[in-house]
Amino acid sequence: MASGIKDKVVILGMGCSKFGERWESSPSDLMVEAFEECLHDAGIERNQIEAAWFGAGIDAFNVGSSAMPMSIALRLNYIPVTKVENMCATGTEAFRGAVYAVASGACDIALALGVEKLKDTGYGGLPQRTRGVENDMYWPNLSAPGAFAQLASGYRAKHKVNGDDLKRAMAHVSVKSHANGAKNPKAHLQREITEEQAINAPFIAEPIGLFDCCGVSDGSACAIVTTPEIAESRGKENLVAVKALQLAVSNGTESGHASWDGSYLKTTRIASQRAYEEAGISKPKEEITMTEVHDCFSITELVTMEDLQLADEGKGVKDVLDGAFDAEGSNPCQIDGGLKCFGHPIGASGLRMLYENYLQLQGRAGARQLSHPKLGLNHNLGGFPHQNICSISIVGPYG
Amino acid sequence: MKGITAYGVYLPKLRLNRQAMVEANAWFDSSLKGLGKGERSICNWDEDTITMAVEAGIDCLSALQEKSLSGLILASTTAPFVDRQNSVLVAEAMNLSSQIRTMDIGSSQRAATSALIAGLESARQGNEMVIASEHRRTKAGSRAEMLWGDGAAALTVGDDDVIARCLAVATNAVDFVDHYRGEGSDFDYDWEERWIRDEGFMKIVPDAFSEVLESAGRVAAEIDHFILPTDQARTPAALSKKLGIRSEAVVDNQIASVGVAGAAQPFILLAKALESALPGQLILLLGFGQGCDAVLFETLDSIERFRPDRGLSGALNNRREETNYHRFLSFNNLVERDIGKRGEVDKQTFLSGFNRRKDLLTGFIGGKCRDCGAVQIPREKYCVNPECQALDSQDNFSFANQPGTVLTWTADRLTFDWSPPAYFGMVQFECGGKLMMDFTEVEEGTIDSGSRVSVHFRIRQFDAQRGFRKYFWKAVVES
Repeated sequence: MASGIKDKVVILGMGCSKFGERWESSPSDLMVEAFEECLHDAGIERNQIEAAWFGAGIDAFNVGSSAMPMSIALRLNYIPVTKVENMCATGTEAFRGAVYAVASGACDIALALGVEKLKDTGYGGLPQRTRGVENDMYWPNLSAPGAFAQLASGYRAKHKVNGDDLKRAMAHVSVKSHANGAKNPKAHLQREITEEQAINAPFIAEPIGLFDCCGVSDGSACAIVTTPEIAESRGKENLVAVKALQLAVSNGTESGHASWDGSYLKTTRIASQRAYEEAGISKPKEEITMTEVHDCFSITELVTMEDLQLADEGKGVKDVLDGAFDAEGSNPCQIDGGLKCFGHPIGASGLRMLYENYLQLQGRAGARQLSHPKLGLNHNLGGFPHQNICSISIVGPYG
Repeated sequence: MKGITAYGVYLPKLRLNRQAMVEANAWFDSSLKGLGKGERSICNWDEDTITMAVEAGIDCLSALQEKSLSGLILASTTAPFVDRQNSVLVAEAMNLSSQIRTMDIGSSQRAATSALIAGLESARQGNEMVIASEHRRTKAGSRAEMLWGDGAAALTVGDDDVIARCLAVATNAVDFVDHYRGEGSDFDYDWEERWIRDEGFMKIVPDAFSEVLESAGRVAAEIDHFILPTDQARTPAALSKKLGIRSEAVVDNQIASVGVAGAAQPFILLAKALESALPGQLILLLGFGQGCDAVLFETLDSIERFRPDRGLSGALNNRREETNYHRFLSFNNLVERDIGKRGEVDKQTFLSGFNRRKDLLTGFIGGKCRDCGAVQIPREKYCVNPECQALDSQDNFSFANQPGTVLTWTADRLTFDWSPPAYFGMVQFECGGKLMMDFTEVEEGTIDSGSRVSVHFRIRQFDAQRGFRKYFWKAVVES
């Protein structure tokens, strides 16, 4: 019987570039920026890295489809490097590869890096791209906000929520993230907004307005992982250990079978439940002390809090408006600004979330530092509500 | 001889207000002010000759007990493909058997009447369908733009369950060039109206007219419905007077409400006559273009019981006023609109992939699991029911006539669409299947979770670079 990943692997070091419209920086520049910080934090030389996982989500506007761009950019020492791509869950996938490699005993020190260069398209929003030869022939030409706006209509219908109330709660989600992002020097968007601004902003895809959408950013983040024993032997303190790593991928049930009503994220429910079991968590609301969730759109965050069991089903609107997920709330969410304000370079986002958890658990989060963080949960959602990939990672103090 | 066994009609829902057209163009040609009455039908951006033909064909089949056809002819001067038989595409979208004979007829404003005569004279058993569909491009500010409309109508001809029997047919073939559209031209070039009337209608129609009456042994005064498709408002009455037809028999060309739909106009007007005709009445149908076709029908008692789902009156009632002339220009590619970089994405159709998925894309065919009964679309190897997941267990199941409801939706203003915002969402079919689909013909404020929808064959995308267009089914909210 598998024993799970809990406490088998720890983070030796992490790095994260400044996120934003990095017109001046190539993907290589961004990778090096995150990697240099990470190497320094880990206190090792690059030649001590035995294997690496490279995450980039959108090839066409990025770095190409193999592992070579990272190996070349970082001048890695002809080690095995694996390119992974799983939409918005890409960063966590890279981390999963590195963590599993260390846990298996195949190597002692492994690197995971995610990067995305989105601002070379010439227009705002995510790049317009193919969904595959066959899908392109019949799928609606849906944008990301268009896809996630579906969640709002499904949620409204299921829980009979007044549209204005939902819109107000969505606005609160964004206002909170802007307040957090304003304290983060690496965040893409660093200014506060008001609920009125969010509510009155132009529609992108009803009911999603401009301020309900996360930043589309360039950036990179990375982690070096090892065993607890090696980390301790190198004098690393306040070890941050991996408690759970789970992934759930839609199998077509949501998109094609009547059992899904469009009001929630089935994969999130499945992956988080598995992660809680792996981490030995029985009361998520009490035990998870901070979350970085996939707030690609404000409605996604609201629904996700229910799917993670951090809000009761149908009560997300109330909990959000009550401030439960604000910085000073019972369960702070997106303390670094989230996708909303830190930004969302697809392949880097999962690792960026881990970076914040890691800093918080090490007590190095500066103006954003929470008082007693224990377990941090990261959630990524790649794809669309009706067809997606959900990754969950949980980290906490070793032991 | 055979007769008409069914008819069906489709008019685009959008009706462009002619006053809006005049306001946009009278600065250049003040004579257009005299034509600024009423409205004309216009295709939405995702409608064309093919999609209208499918709608008319489905309407025609709706009232037939026996829905199998022996043939399908598509008559049009605006078929979107020059070399890819358009009628086959229409037949597949209607889920007709691949055993039927198919043919395209074009090149003339009497394409439809010539196709009808061919169908009536065919020796084949069973019902044969003739669909006439037209979506003509016109120059901005032209008389044609003012007077023409878009539309389609379908007829079936056969020996059994006839509602109007054919008494006689005649053709007077004359290369009278009142207008033409040369190879490579987008627009017609025409000659003076008065000359067309005097040297064309008045001289060419009478020969075919006399022949058809003579061979049927009838006289002009017996005609109850006289159909002369033309955009010349007063010519039908003038000609009826010359021919000795009662003035009240003249079937109005509907210029004020629809406009003249080119090659489809004879059938649209025939459907109009059939809808109002009493048993035992005579209908004379003319088609004018490089001569004249004449077809004389007599309605039978069964006409009173016959009603297609939509028919002409249904098509006329399914209407939404459009007052934005610029939208019409855009839909017809008459202005070079800045569509933004999202619209620049390559839209190549991979024909082998298309062919593999043709049942889904053209026929809207999904699957029904023999093991668990779950209905699903698209049909994949394993059943979608998580409790079943049987392999290769599904029979074909058509979603083309399945009602559904909106589960989720949005109006997307970021993505590219020829008529933003792009409405799409998850449709839950009553039969059990479910699919994320585009919505079309959405009026703001009329869609929500729970709205009832029907599905319709529409253009999904243009590939201007390669001269191709993709079609798929879209959901329309029922009013």
